[in-house]
Amino acid sequence: METIDDTRKTTAGPKPKRYVIDLTVNGDPRTVVVKGNALLVNVLRDELDLTGTKKGCELGDCGSCTVLLDGTPVDACLVLALEADGSEIVTIEGVAAHGELDRLQAAFVDKAAVQCGYCTPGMILSAKALLAGNPHPTEPEIRAAIAGNLCRCTGYVNIVRAIAAAAEVEAVVEQGGEAR
Amino acid sequence: MFLPDFDYHAPETLAEACDLLRDLGPSAKILAGGTDLLIKMKHGLVTPRAVISLKALDELKTITHVPGRGVVIGARATHNDLVNSPVLHEHFLSVSEAAHKMANNQIRNRGTVGGNLVNAIPSADLPPILIALDAWITLVGSNTSRTVPLHTFFTGPSCCVIDPVDEILTEIVLPDQPTTGSTYLKFGLRRSGALSVTGVAAAVTMDGDTIVDSRICLGAVFPVPVRAHDAEDVLRGKTWSDELLAEAGEAASCCALPITDIRGTAEYRLDLVRVLTKRALKRAITEGHV
Ligand SMILES: Cc1cc2nc3c(=O)[nH]c(=O)nc-3n(C[C@H](O)[C@H](O)[C@H](O)COP(=O)(O)OP(=O)(O)OC[C@H]3O[C@@H](n4cnc5c(N)ncnc54)[C@H](O)[C@@H]3O)c2cc1C
Ligand code: FES
Ligand code: FES
Repeated sequence: METIDDTRKTTAGPKPKRYVIDLTVNGDPRTVVVKGNALLVNVLRDELDLTGTKKGCELGDCGSCTVLLDGTPVDACLVLALEADGSEIVTIEGVAAHGELDRLQAAFVDKAAVQCGYCTPGMILSAKALLAGNPHPTEPEIRAAIAGNLCRCTGYVNIVRAIAAAAEVEAVVEQGGEAR
Repeated sequence: MFLPDFDYHAPETLAEACDLLRDLGPSAKILAGGTDLLIKMKHGLVTPRAVISLKALDELKTITHVPGRGVVIGARATHNDLVNSPVLHEHFLSVSEAAHKMANNQIRNRGTVGGNLVNAIPSADLPPILIALDAWITLVGSNTSRTVPLHTFFTGPSCCVIDPVDEILTEIVLPDQPTTGSTYLKFGLRRSGALSVTGVAAAVTMDGDTIVDSRICLGAVFPVPVRAHDAEDVLRGKTWSDELLAEAGEAASCCALPITDIRGTAEYRLDLVRVLTKRALKRAITEGHV
């Protein structure tokens, strides 16, 4: 990690240091210059124009900023961009290969698992990580995997159905079923 | 929500990290998973001028069993590292299970055991089970290294004995021990992503139906995670029965001094201690380390 020392002074004092970081985002190598306090979510949205990653609570509660960092789902609002230096990141923009919807995305459309859509990018990425490690999860496993992704619209029923359909497992989802 | 400005360091060795911490002084903060620290910084509660990331210290991430020493957990192991560790599954599944009861998957992928201990909030989920398993920890400074029994580590809400301008928590050791069972029960307002209203960990050493020894540790009902010695005294040397465990539950509630807050009233927490202690003991006695 290279550091750029900017010795110019601002009225507020010395300019903060800048750092050069390398990320692989959705398969593409990207080099970005960031300040120490840059959050991964803001770098993705504001520097790389990948606005599919959403911001809700910015405190790790809602999961709308979920991205895959070296394959594991994390809240990008709680990761410094510098902590991701050298890592591979997958955002929702990287899920559909060659313009074709991924099978999870197709299942979300098919099962009407999207209402306002704000939670959807994070839901899909949490689900993708689940299916990568556990291709045929049980329903409780599906619910546990998306427990860090809040949806204020759907009541989760169709989301669980969509993930189960993509995983080719049966979901016996009942309205008001206990969330895990 | 933005973070204030700070310089970022990612030292390559533990020695370098300790030296940096000492040289930068109180304006520097150690960063592990950031799930507590970055939130405090977003709220303006802490405003470090430098952040020292443990990111490059992979040696602090391993979980191994060292014969003669016990299970050694690196401070930078994440909660999901604990959940998925074959070593813990073999020796103390209860620790994996406790880690699985925390937060949500995204946070478990980032948050670390070291951060959970040093952050030192009374409701933290890992201290009770680790204390019940008699854990001790290693604190390494620029010129020092010391071992601290975990039950003496916490000194108050958000306070612990670590020297914040010199020491780094490197490992947690669960010594080889005769305990036959242990478990952690948590009551939160949701099953996921909720801090504990009350948590109870119990570890027992059984000889047939006789309770040779036990350690019970309560979370979120005292300024620090606290051993329920009175309850342990009730059990020592006795043959277990539901009545005896209920008596231990009553005794445990006398060891708690809970507060009323948004998660629950003090009375409710006392009741939870009573019930969870009884249930945790029964689980540890009848099911082993779960
Ligand atoms: C949505 C959400 C849900 C949560 N749910 C739970 C829950 O259910 N149960 C629970 O117990 N906690 C919960 N937490 C709190 C938090 O995730 C844990 O306490 C976590 O273990 C903190 O670890 P960290 O690595 O992220 O710590 P950090 O934020 O990186 O650090 C925390 C503090 O410890 C210090 N520190 C970290 N590592 C070291 C070290 N090795 N040596 C010296 N100092 C160190 C830092 O300087 C800082 O002061 C939750 C947090 C969020 C955001
Ligand atoms: S915006 Fe990151 S978890 Fe809510
Ligand atoms: S579809 Fe609106 S929040 Fe989930």
